[in-house]
Amino acid sequence: MTGVDVLLLALGAVAVGSGVLVVTTKHLVRAGLYLVVCLGALAADYLVLTAELVAWVQVLIYVGAVVVLLLFAVMLTRAPVGASDDLDRPGWPAALIGGGVALGLTALLVDAYRWTVVDLPDAGTAERIGGQIFGSWVLPFEVLSVLLLSALVGAVVLSRPDIGRPAASRPGRTEAGR
Amino acid sequence: MRPVIPYVTAALLFGLGAYGVLRRRNAVLVLMAVELMLNAVNLILVTADTTVRATLPHSGQVFALFVIVLAAAEIGVGLAIVLQLYRLRAGVAVDEVPLTEPPATVDADAREAR
Repeated sequence: MTGVDVLLLALGAVAVGSGVLVVTTKHLVRAGLYLVVCLGALAADYLVLTAELVAWVQVLIYVGAVVVLLLFAVMLTRAPVGASDDLDRPGWPAALIGGGVALGLTALLVDAYRWTVVDLPDAGTAERIGGQIFGSWVLPFEVLSVLLLSALVGAVVLSRPDIGRPAASRPGRTEAGR
Repeated sequence: MRPVIPYVTAALLFGLGAYGVLRRRNAVLVLMAVELMLNAVNLILVTADTTVRATLPHSGQVFALFVIVLAAAEIGVGLAIVLQLYRLRAGVAVDEVPLTEPPATVDADAREAR
């Protein structure tokens, strides 16, 4: 066990522990805050695994944007401040499937890698990752930008109830407009 | 570095995410569980980048960045749907969402006939 292994173990324990709290807590807002801890531990994990740029993007986008959006949604849906009892469905099918998935994947990966030791590669700095993205992966990058634009338009259309309503219920429209 | 440690972490996180998606009734909490699963996949990709010597260096980290962008798009559209659901039904419990369209009201039928 080297220092890197100990770090990975500790950060993994933090991530899994706060992940358990995210899916079991009775407080909506606390679930979002435990999600911050879990994503932060994963970002530190990426740093240990030499993925510098991914770690900082994780902090920026996940912890900075996605969790804030989720907390906004918690507030906009008038969630109660205290504990709420109606957050869960009966648990055993979910526990069966979730436990089965976790055990199956763990068995598969442990069997594949056992206790082998791997040298860490060169750090994934912004310069190297940028070279790869704009060298080998330009087309997926551009397709992703189109996807982001369409997701933006889709979110706007979804949140405007007057777009896409059937023509009959709109005043001043003829049948030919359908 | 022993790659089995982050791999097992990712497997456990994915199982937790699957459990959360199936267990939770609140749509926002379901989205949080989906985020857990996406992050497990990201951890697998970043770890695989250190263990698999691919032809192109750092492909796993590039894929992880792409998955983060996809997750941002997903959360935007998902929250738009959740807020619209809240506006229509004053609740976000996913097991109370009707899966079929409600029958057309008499008012709409009368307008169709005209």
